[in-house]
Amino acid sequence: MEYLAQFYAVYGSLINFIGINAILALSLYVTLSAGQLSLGNAAFAGIGAYASGILTMNFNVPYPISVAAGAGLSAITALVIGMPVLRMRGIFLAMATLAFGEVVRIAAVNMDITGGAQGLVGIPCKTTTYIIYGVLAATTYFLAVLRGSKIGWSLAGIREDETAAMVMGINTSYYKTLAFVLGAFIAGIAGALYAHLNFIVTPGEFGFSAAVQLLVYNIVGGTQSVYGPILGAFILTALPEALRGAGVTAGSLRLGVNGVILLLVIIYLPNGLIFYLSKKYLSKKAGRSGGTVQSEV
Amino acid sequence: MAVLLQQLINGLFIGSVYGLFAVGYTLVFGVLDILNLAHAAIFTLGALTALWLTTAGALSIWIAFPLATLVSGALGLVLDRVAFAPLRRRADSNLSGLISSIAMAIIFESAALGIFGARTVRFPEGIFINRVWRFGSVTVTSLQVEIVLTALALMLALTAFVRHTRAGRAIRAVAESERTARLLGINVDGVIALTFFISSALGGVAGILYGLYFDALAPDMGRSIELKGLAVIVLGGMGSIPGAILGGIAFGLSEVFTVALTGTSNLRDAVAFSVLFAILVLKPSGLLGRGRAREA
Repeated sequence: MEYLAQFYAVYGSLINFIGINAILALSLYVTLSAGQLSLGNAAFAGIGAYASGILTMNFNVPYPISVAAGAGLSAITALVIGMPVLRMRGIFLAMATLAFGEVVRIAAVNMDITGGAQGLVGIPCKTTTYIIYGVLAATTYFLAVLRGSKIGWSLAGIREDETAAMVMGINTSYYKTLAFVLGAFIAGIAGALYAHLNFIVTPGEFGFSAAVQLLVYNIVGGTQSVYGPILGAFILTALPEALRGAGVTAGSLRLGVNGVILLLVIIYLPNGLIFYLSKKYLSKKAGRSGGTVQSEV
Repeated sequence: MAVLLQQLINGLFIGSVYGLFAVGYTLVFGVLDILNLAHAAIFTLGALTALWLTTAGALSIWIAFPLATLVSGALGLVLDRVAFAPLRRRADSNLSGLISSIAMAIIFESAALGIFGARTVRFPEGIFINRVWRFGSVTVTSLQVEIVLTALALMLALTAFVRHTRAGRAIRAVAESERTARLLGINVDGVIALTFFISSALGGVAGILYGLYFDALAPDMGRSIELKGLAVIVLGGMGSIPGAILGGIAFGLSEVFTVALTGTSNLRDAVAFSVLFAILVLKPSGLLGRGRAREA
């Protein structure tokens, strides 16, 4: 117990950030599970973070309500943005959501209420490790249930072949919008939790590189299972710290090793880490069909 | 009127650098359908290499420039071999390629940090003569003229190369269908390597020109142009070379005029990205695209 307390004292903030990043990764996982590549989820997290932070600081709204409101605003924004944007596919959707994310970031820099480029400072620290992992567990459970439901199968159908899904009578625009809005809602929660953890939020944190990072968590972890993105977020958030523990201290070298590991994973473990972890388990079962190749997003 | 003309010249100048950068992006996208996010890192390394050659190597800029361009092109070959060639036959190659290009961008950036340090550095003084011409109240520097001319000449040369030479036709064939090109006996891997070489060399030139003009080089200087480059290729139509040139100039002009009209630089990017968003919603194939946006 003593040892655990000490461990938490040293790595507490890392543990918290792993949890937040895992929730963020799951937010993109929802959108990806419908075959939609969104680069706007970091911006949705930003909307959640700013909205809840402003509500808590300027209007004394209680913490749970301000988190819910931040997530709600994120979801509403996604609904409005989603209608025109979700008609696009693949890289064009990615670009449109990217442009949206930039507009959100620039808006945060230019508005007074968001604190401009310095960011929103002095948000009360109310998020605890228990809350983060409670939310993560609830989100994971919800998404795991969703995956086996009619909605989950419809999303999988759209991901595999959107035209075929449409022909089968699935209302594709409805389900795509649903996945997009749900993803934004989860991102909004994560952002709001982050705002009340970190004391300060700045516009730069929710930019392009953050959006790409979420995609990296998903691809490295694997998107066949809801646990993949969580694993990806865990490994990649802990990696810089682990490298430091292993004696790689120079900043540029650590960055480089980070890049090399990412490269090796994407080239040699194409289905994401979770696939290979579960492979041993699967191969014990008789009559396993050959390895599934992750479908094109 | 003079202010307007001055802004037009400034926009044309910065837009031609954006265009040059975006042409490299769009070339790789057109051939492989992959967004190469390491392009901005090569932009940075090109500029830093030119700087290193002029300072540590004490070379004249006229020698350092082509040498750094070749280095950038060579980096493109490395990029292709290491990050893209291993993924080529995979079903999800455009998404996994995106990720591996991010990995390469991280590696390149850490190399830049390790070799050149995190400081912002400048070209040595007096490596080229910068004349200032005034026409009434409009100011043009010889450096600006040289940059615009270099950028335009390279873009025209590339267009002619892709249209009229045998290698250019091979590039277009691979872009159309890799499989058919292979059946026709085209050395597809060679063509892709060539594409990466040209694309990265152009990215490097854009970096050198940008570095010469703003004279502030740092390992993260590619960050700001990365997104603009993406915006430009969407604006012009993904995979279209003339579109990227036109898009670059349009983007440069929109930036400059937003600053001139609002009086501050805060909204510069907001206007550009709002326009990008609107174009994607209204005409996703871009200004000169081939109208296959919805299936891509």
